[in-house]
Amino acid sequence: MIRRLRDSSLIPVSVVVAFIILIWYAGAVYLNSPVLIDRYERQKTEWNFEKLRQDAWAMERPILPAPHQILKDMNKSILQRKVTSKRSLVYHGWVTISSTLVGFGIGALLGIVLAVGIVYIPTLNRSVMPWIIASQTIPILAIAPMIIVGLGSIGLTGLFPKSIISAYLCFFPVTIGMVKGLRSPDPIHMDLMKTYCASYSHTFFKLRWPSSTPFLFASLKVSIAISLVGAIVGELPAGAQAGLGARLLTGSYYGQTIQIWSALICASILAAILVFLMIAIEKIVLKKMGGRLV
Amino acid sequence: MEANAVEAKNLDLVFQTRDSPIHALSEVNLEIRRGDFISFIGPSGCGKTTLLRVIADLEKPTGGSIVVNGVSPEQARLQRAYGYVFQSPALFPWRTVEGNLKLPLEIMGIDAAERTRRAKESLKMVNLEGFEKKFPWQLSGGMQQRVSIARALTFDPELLLMDEPFGALDEIVRDQLNEHFLRLWEKNRKTVVFVTHSIPEAAYLSTRIVVMSPRPGRIIECIDSDLPPDRTLDIRETPKFLDLSHRIREGLRAGHSYD
Repeated sequence: MIRRLRDSSLIPVSVVVAFIILIWYAGAVYLNSPVLIDRYERQKTEWNFEKLRQDAWAMERPILPAPHQILKDMNKSILQRKVTSKRSLVYHGWVTISSTLVGFGIGALLGIVLAVGIVYIPTLNRSVMPWIIASQTIPILAIAPMIIVGLGSIGLTGLFPKSIISAYLCFFPVTIGMVKGLRSPDPIHMDLMKTYCASYSHTFFKLRWPSSTPFLFASLKVSIAISLVGAIVGELPAGAQAGLGARLLTGSYYGQTIQIWSALICASILAAILVFLMIAIEKIVLKKMGGRLV
Repeated sequence: MEANAVEAKNLDLVFQTRDSPIHALSEVNLEIRRGDFISFIGPSGCGKTTLLRVIADLEKPTGGSIVVNGVSPEQARLQRAYGYVFQSPALFPWRTVEGNLKLPLEIMGIDAAERTRRAKESLKMVNLEGFEKKFPWQLSGGMQQRVSIARALTFDPELLLMDEPFGALDEIVRDQLNEHFLRLWEKNRKTVVFVTHSIPEAAYLSTRIVVMSPRPGRIIECIDSDLPPDRTLDIRETPKFLDLSHRIREGLRAGHSYD
């Protein structure tokens, strides 16, 4: 029991979290105090550090809200509201997660198809690769509004344009990883397939594809997290209708820092869940493929 | 009269490298009869593996002619006339032992029931029954190489090409596999072309030993073995065996292999 506790990551993680929360509370006092002190002096109220601390952790529109204020807001907007309500974070989270997943699906598929093309067709290797790299040097914040507006003008609104932005971000790691993965088979295995006169499709499905599986999962883990970022970025120029991105935007319009922070924390929790889900799938698949348990 | 398993005439192979061409095979003339157990022996760089790869159509010769089973190496490969055993077991780590044995059968389009039957049969040939569901990493190096030999036997090729199959194993396991493999060969009498750099291994296993020498890679001598068929490892202590080993060593010396 003690050994398991020592070997698990529970203790290190909790220590780090406790440390962050401590700094956070201190930071909230530090960052919010100028506004408060200014107010005290104008209203000519007596104040001491204890009063400052209490007020700094209970402001309505703080510069930096205290963790418990965010938790309270999250409790209110996740648990206390109907999930269909426009003020429920579950509703907004669902809007974001659905376009994240659709975009991830499109991006991963595109990434794999491109990688297969690059590995099998030498011309594609030379012609497409520079474009793929160039595509990632364009700041997504600059191109996202153009995609939203462009697709909107041909009648595509809602989930699909946001998914395109997600897909745009997440095909890249998949392509890079899979090109490497599909080229990873041992030369001796390639020779073996040649002695069997294996066709291209046999070599692909029986050798190249299984060899690339570890590379695929490494890429998918990166992709699914940035797919969420893409979806949130895609929600910003869409007029702040729905989604976590919209919550961030309306929060900043009205100075609702607590709302911004709850949306941010919600987004990071979602990202963590998605990545852990990917890790779980990876473990199951690799175990089926005879891998030793890590 | 049946055609030879392999016939090479004036075979030449030059690899073009960046600094200078490498003469891997020069003027190789060789006939391998059906049912023979032929060993290629020589120091590294003598072209023994290259010659095996030419027979398997994994390399193209730059000169001369070669016939495998009466046709070109490429046609022989297309007919799946040979099984190739590599220096390392080359098993697919994501497949079980059974899955690895079935791999060539799947590619050759043999139906599922027959695949299972043949995998079982060839696993029995290498004395590994009961290991079907194990993954390669759960097996020792010697066992993995036995699976690799079994895999080459599943589709019953006429010719078995083996590139230092026991080279990476320790001597005890190697002796054990040598004896076992000889028993197997005596039973099925396939033509075996066997690359090695071990004199005792070549002398013990072969019916004929081809001594090769490097720079350029060429054949120095072919030595016929007169050892009795049902020999065991003990034969290595007999004068006959020592004499054969001595002749191989003399051949290697004549090719300046020890210079």
